[in-house]
Amino acid sequence: MALKTEPMAEELELFGCIQCGKCTGGCPVARKTVLNIRSLIYQMLVEPEMDVSAHPELWDCTSCFTCVERCPKDVRPAELIIGLRGQLVESGRIPETIGAALMGIFRQGNPSGMAREDRAAWVNGTAVKAAQKGCETLYFVGCIPSYDPRVQVVPRALVKAFAAAGLDFGTLGTEESCCGNEVRRMGEAGLFEMLVEENSELIRGVGASRLVTTSPHCFNTFKNEYSLDGIEVLHYTQLIAELIEQGRLKFSHPPNLPERPSPPELGGTGGGRGKIIVTYHDPCFLGKQNHIFDEPRAILKAIPGVKLVEMDRNRERSLCCEGGGGRMWTEGTNLEERLAFQRVHEAAETGAEILAVACPFCLLTLEDAVKVQGLDDRLQVMDIMELVEMAIDDDE
Amino acid sequence: MEPRESAALVIGGGIAGIQAALDIADAGYKVYLVEREPSIGGRMAQLDKTFPTLDCSSCILTPKMVDVGRHSNIDLMTYSEVVSVTPPSRGEPSWSLSPSPEGGDEGGVFHVRVRKKPRYVDVDKCTGCGQCAAACRMKGRVISRFDEGIVKRSAIYVPFPQAVPLKYTVDPTACLYLTQGVCGKTFLCKDACPAGAIDFEQQEEFVDLEVGAIIVATGYDLIDPRTKPEFGYGVYPEVMTGIEFERLSSASGPTLGEIIVNGKKPKDVVFIKCVGSRDPHTGVPYCSRVCCMYTAKHAHLVRDNIPDARITVFYMDVRAFGKGYEEFYDRVKHERVIYRRGEPAEVYRRGDRLVVLAEDTLLGKPIEVEADLVVLATAVVPRTDVSEVAALLGLDRSPDGFFQEAHPKLRPVDTQVDGIFLAGCCQGPKDIPDTVAQAKAAASSAMGILARREKGRPA
Repeated sequence: MALKTEPMAEELELFGCIQCGKCTGGCPVARKTVLNIRSLIYQMLVEPEMDVSAHPELWDCTSCFTCVERCPKDVRPAELIIGLRGQLVESGRIPETIGAALMGIFRQGNPSGMAREDRAAWVNGTAVKAAQKGCETLYFVGCIPSYDPRVQVVPRALVKAFAAAGLDFGTLGTEESCCGNEVRRMGEAGLFEMLVEENSELIRGVGASRLVTTSPHCFNTFKNEYSLDGIEVLHYTQLIAELIEQGRLKFSHPPNLPERPSPPELGGTGGGRGKIIVTYHDPCFLGKQNHIFDEPRAILKAIPGVKLVEMDRNRERSLCCEGGGGRMWTEGTNLEERLAFQRVHEAAETGAEILAVACPFCLLTLEDAVKVQGLDDRLQVMDIMELVEMAIDDDE
Repeated sequence: MEPRESAALVIGGGIAGIQAALDIADAGYKVYLVEREPSIGGRMAQLDKTFPTLDCSSCILTPKMVDVGRHSNIDLMTYSEVVSVTPPSRGEPSWSLSPSPEGGDEGGVFHVRVRKKPRYVDVDKCTGCGQCAAACRMKGRVISRFDEGIVKRSAIYVPFPQAVPLKYTVDPTACLYLTQGVCGKTFLCKDACPAGAIDFEQQEEFVDLEVGAIIVATGYDLIDPRTKPEFGYGVYPEVMTGIEFERLSSASGPTLGEIIVNGKKPKDVVFIKCVGSRDPHTGVPYCSRVCCMYTAKHAHLVRDNIPDARITVFYMDVRAFGKGYEEFYDRVKHERVIYRRGEPAEVYRRGDRLVVLAEDTLLGKPIEVEADLVVLATAVVPRTDVSEVAALLGLDRSPDGFFQEAHPKLRPVDTQVDGIFLAGCCQGPKDIPDTVAQAKAAASSAMGILARREKGRPA
C-alpha cells in the first residue's frame, strides 16, 4: 500500500531530523532485525511514497522510546512507527494476534478477551472496596494484573500494603477498562481515543485526588496522554516509597522467601541465610520514559535483609525486555534472539538471586527468559511488591 | 614608560584577557587585569597542543603570560574578583550600529571595586620554591582542578609550574587549619618556608579603581557529561572528556604525556563528538565550534603516542572551516583515523572493555565498537556564574546564554553598555585564533574610548 509521505512527515515534524543515527544506534531491536527508524525517517523525507506493508519489521518496535529520549532534535522517531502502524491498522494488514488483542480490548476491555465480569477476580478474598466518591486514592489495577494468574499476586500485595499503611483507596472493580497505552502504540488511534474518553469520565467521576497504577504502561498514558486535570498520577513505586518514607508502611522482618534459589558457589547466599541479593531491572515506561529511577530502589533498600546490586546497564541505559508496544501479542520478525534472554544473563552475572521488576510485562517476559535460559536454579524474577509483601506483617 | 592617565579594566586572564591587556598596555594605557584564579592562563594553559599547527599550547602562551606579569603598565590582580561596577551614566540603550554619539559621557569613568582574596601567602616574600607544598599535610589529597582531577595536590599550591605570578596560594576549601581550625601541632608549611611568606592572618582587601573602559573576557565552562547519562561518564573511568584528555596527553601533565588508562596504553580509542552540543535537550542548541578540530587533534595525538592504536571518530558532521583546518582534517584521516558517521547512542561494559553502540549511518546498520578509552567532546557552555556577572555589569545575554554583543555583525565586540566590550568565549564558543582576533578588536575599541576621553579633557 502506497502512503503519501509528505503529509505524515509534516504532521510528525520529521523535517528537523539531521540523520545522526542516534535513534537506530540505540534501538534495542535494530540490533537483531532490519528495523531502522533513522532510515524510515529519511525515506519519509525524500521518497514521495512508501509501501508500508513492505515493512513487517514495523511490528518489531517495543515502543521503549529510547529513540525519543535520545534524539537531540526532538524528532520523536517512535511516533513515526506508531503512525505507520496506524496505516496498517486502517487497511487491516496487521498480524492476526494484534487484531485479536485489539478486538479483545474493544469487546471486553482487555487484550486477552477475558470476560469483563471476571476483571475483579484477582482480589481472591483480599479486602478491596470499590472506589467511593471522594476517596483519596484511586487504584487502577490494569489488564494483565487483573487477569494473568502469575501477575495477580502483585495487585493483591499492593492492596495489602495500602491497607497496612492505612491508605484510603478504592478500585473501579469490573468497570475498569484497558488504559489504551499499548492500543495507541499498536496504531489503533480511534480505539485509543474511545478508551481515553470512557476512562477519563470514569476516573473523574470518582473524584480521587490521586490515581495509582500497577503498570508503568498505564501510568505513562494516564500521566502523559490523558488530561486528568488536577488528578496526580503515580506509579505504585512512587506511592509505596512515599508511604515508607512517611513511616506509614513498616517492615517487620526480611522477606520470607519460600525458597532461596541461589547456591553460594554461584555468588548467592543460599540456604535462606544472610542478605538476599537483589538486582533491579528498570522498565522502559517507568525509567527511560518517565525518569523514575530512585523510588523503586528506595523501596528495595528499605526492605530488611535485602542487598541491592546493579547491573551494568541500569537506569537510563537499561535494556528493554521487549514486552511493550504490542509485543506481548506478536513475536516480531526475530523470535530467537530475545532481549529478555540477554537481560536475564546480565542479571545473573551480578550474583543476584532475585531479579526485581516493577512492571507486569517485564515480570512475564523476564520470568519466561529465566526458564528458557536455564537460569531458574539461581535466579528468580519477582515484582518489588512480592518482596514487600513478604516483609510486612499480615495482621497489621 | 609612564602610563597615560586613562586606564582600562580587563576581567578574566585567559588568552582573551591576556591579549587585550597587552595591546592596551602597549599603547601606553594603564590596565588592571583581574583574574579569579591564582594564576592567569585560563583554559589555554590546560591544553596540550593547538590545532591545526600543533604548536605546544603552553609554549606559545607562557611568553605572553610572562609579558603580562612584567609589563609596567599592567597591574595584575590575580586571585581577585570584581564585586561592583558603577557605570559613568546610563544613557539610552544603544541598539544602533555605532556607539553613542559624541557628547555622551565620554569624560566619565566606571567606578570598580575589586576584592583581593587572601592567599595566606605574602607575595612579596614568596619565591615560588614549593617547599611549603612538599611539606603540607594534605599533600596528594586535594583534587587539582587544573589537571581536571587526574592528580591530587597539596592544600598550598600553584595551579601549574608556569603560573604567573609564580606565588603559592592556600586553598581555603582544603587547608586543614582554615577548615578545621587546627593543623597538627605546628604549621608544616610555615616551618618549611625559608622566606617566612606564609601568613594565616591575611585578610581580604578591597581596591577601588577608576577606569574608562572594561573588557569582559570571562571565558566558558564545559557541560557536565553526566547530563548525557547514556555515555557512562562518571560510571566508567575509561570515559573521559576532551579537556581531561588534554591533561592526559600533555607533556607537562600528570602522566608526562603518556596516554595511560587503567595502567595501560589503550589499543582502541573512540571519540564521540557533539556531546551535549546541537542538542536543545541539554540547553545547547548551538554548535560548540571547537570540538571537530580538537577531536581531530586528539586523534592525531593518540596516533603519535600509540602508533598501533585503532582510532574511531564518531561524527554527525565535520566542521573544518578555519584556515588550515580542512587540511588538518585530511592529514589526520591519512594517519589511519577512521571517521564513522553516526552519533553513538550508548556506552556499556563488556568484560574489561567498553562497547560503544551506534548506527553507522553510511552503512545503514547498527554497530558495536569496543574501546579501552572513550573521549567525549563536551559542549562549550556559559560560565556557571554568567547571570551574576551579567547583572554586575548590566550586560544582556543572547538566547544561548552567552553575553550579547551590540550587533551580531557590525558591533561584534561592543555591548549595550558604552565602554564595556567582549572578548573570547564569554560571547560564544570560539577557537584561539578567533579569540585573539576578538581580543584585539575589543582592545582597539577600548583604546578608542580612552583616547577620546584624554583628548576631551584639559591637559
